[in-house]
Amino acid sequence: MNATSPPTLELRDVSKSFGSVEALREVDFEVRDGEVMALVGDNGAGKSTLIKCVAGIYSIDSGQVFFEGNPVTIHGPKDAAKLGIEVVYQDLALCDNLDVVQNMYLGREEHDPIFRLREAPMEQRTTDTLKSLSVTTIRSVRQPVATLSGGQRQSVAVARAVMWNNRVVFLDEPTAALGVAQTHQVLELVKRLGEQGLAVVIVSHNLNDVFEVANRITVLRLGRNVGVYEREKTNQQEIVQAITAGTPAAAEAEVVA
Amino acid sequence: MSTAAPVEVQAAAAEDAGLAAIFRGRWEAFKGGDVGSLPVVVGIVAITLFFYFKQSIFVSSVNFTNLIGQMAGVTVIAVGVVFVLLIGEIDLSIGFVSGIAGVVVAELQLPGSGHQWPGLVAIACAIAAGAAIGALQGSIVAIVGVPSFVVTLAGLLIWQGVILKDLGTQGVIGIQDKQINDVANYVLTKNWGWAVAIVFTAGLAAAILGTWLSRRRAGLPTGNPILTVARIVFYGGLAFAAVHVCNHARGVPLVGLIILFVVVLGAYVAGRTTFGRHVYAVGGNAEAARRAGINVKLIRILVFMISGGMAGLGGVILASRLNSVDLTAGGGTLLLDSISAAVIGGVSLFGGRGRVSGALFGGLIIGMVSNGIDLVGYTDAVKFITTGLILLAAVTLDTVARRRQAAAGR
Ligand SMILES: Nc1ncnc2c1ncn2[C@@H]1O[C@H](COP(=O)(O)OP(=O)(O)OP(=O)(O)O)[C@@H](O)[C@H]1O
Ligand SMILES: [Mg+2]
Repeated sequence: MNATSPPTLELRDVSKSFGSVEALREVDFEVRDGEVMALVGDNGAGKSTLIKCVAGIYSIDSGQVFFEGNPVTIHGPKDAAKLGIEVVYQDLALCDNLDVVQNMYLGREEHDPIFRLREAPMEQRTTDTLKSLSVTTIRSVRQPVATLSGGQRQSVAVARAVMWNNRVVFLDEPTAALGVAQTHQVLELVKRLGEQGLAVVIVSHNLNDVFEVANRITVLRLGRNVGVYEREKTNQQEIVQAITAGTPAAAEAEVVA
Repeated sequence: MSTAAPVEVQAAAAEDAGLAAIFRGRWEAFKGGDVGSLPVVVGIVAITLFFYFKQSIFVSSVNFTNLIGQMAGVTVIAVGVVFVLLIGEIDLSIGFVSGIAGVVVAELQLPGSGHQWPGLVAIACAIAAGAAIGALQGSIVAIVGVPSFVVTLAGLLIWQGVILKDLGTQGVIGIQDKQINDVANYVLTKNWGWAVAIVFTAGLAAAILGTWLSRRRAGLPTGNPILTVARIVFYGGLAFAAVHVCNHARGVPLVGLIILFVVVLGAYVAGRTTFGRHVYAVGGNAEAARRAGINVKLIRILVFMISGGMAGLGGVILASRLNSVDLTAGGGTLLLDSISAAVIGGVSLFGGRGRVSGALFGGLIIGMVSNGIDLVGYTDAVKFITTGLILLAAVTLDTVARRRQAAAGR
């Protein structure tokens, strides 16, 4: 982690409203290569909205996004993917009627010049990827994801995000539906991604999980960034305080505004 | 999770194993709601036996070639319906869009009208007109966001009105152009019929073996070799049997070849291309497709174009069959028969599930019922009731299958 180089991904003064609901208000956010950044906050704090803005699902109302120090505009999921930004969504973005391979390659199918699918290499790489992530409970990569358990589906979603050579991976509550063992597996996976040099952002309501994997923690409250904490220099109590009541500095800002 | 582990190990070991294991797996899937093509096969056999005992001429080479001609229009239109249903939409305009295509083809070939175009050009224009109408309606659905049910219901009224207006004074246009009339009435010579069966079987074998080889090269499970060969033998055998029967009568009708071509092409596009994959994705979860970077709007528009284009081709076939178009073009039960064909063929009304070949099997069942009832001499009333009951059975099956799959999914 090199603090002098620009962050891999940086948001400055980003705002996003849904009608009268201000989901994000002048939010600053950054994540660097090789670090796991946790994004925490109460329900409705704007975590998923922030992710969807970066992923090109929503357009931002104002503010700027920088990728490796260069300003970028992300108009759609394709733009985000081109920059190397991958997202595992909270509401799983899988197609139930398609099988595991088809979901892993959704929108990025390998094909020959006349758009004929190359099934064999896709299936092979899917199998390899799942194996490398120690996802072993999926019987066949040719079964529809509708027949998978919640944890297995989550594994597929995570695997899809890391199969491509990405720079930034967002995981929106990746362990919310998982049992103890599978949660552990996903967290291990998240740590490994960071160690491999990726910039990883994980959203979670479970502070134990957050403190296990994160290097830094960004707290959102009512659409505002109320603070960024280094895991080594903080504790759960301080984070809970920030999530529920904000920080003294942020409270002041709220009064002024 | 821990209790399920032994079962999973078992299943993994069973992969690529003998036929017994494969059939056991099929049976499990069947219980889980994936009934496959079984109802269709059972239906075809039952209908055949029933009409055979009522009127033995039902099972004859002459009636078989007649059946091909009768089912052609509906089947071709139903291929378009499959695509629309796969993205979870509906197209109610196809009946009268096919009527429009019939009018276009008839108008363009009119001698002495100043635009007596060669038949093939007129046919291409008719299909293009259908596709253009589909693109227009699809754009309203995809871009403006009006539900397809309403857009195409409006289309149903509008295109019917256009047909009435155009044919209003004379009421009917006769078709004299040979190329156009050949579409539904030309019969291949015996040798050309055999050639079709040979090309079809060779193509099928090449496709299946190609898949088998590429999977083997990639070190993936290739499935049971006996079943692979059995599939080629079965479908190839069907093709040869059909040609044999037709050759016993006048020969293979050209429309039979058109049906085959459209179904194979449609199945190829849906099953083996990126476009087809995206069609299934949009029908399964449009938001997931969008997040994956798929241009959902474009897919929707293209699918409605396919639907319109297929309706256009179906309309040409129907006009050619009658050697004319009149005020009833595209009306009657054409719309409902076409949608029923797709649904009876196992295509889900809920989107994302089904195959293009379902249009062929559904079209065959509807054609057989209609043909048989006419032969036996029952009234139209019986025809409507029977078709309605079959449709109801098909949709019920689809709904139950979905529930079962949802239940088995957890
Ligand atoms: N598509 C939308 N339309 C309207 N309002 C929205 C939309 N998406 C989010 N919001 C609103 O924006 C605010 C932030 O929502 P968001 O989903 O980002 O919260 P979150 O931090 O992810 O919460 P959770 O922990 O419950 O997932 C909420 O008040 C929510 O109601
Ligand atoms: Mg959220």
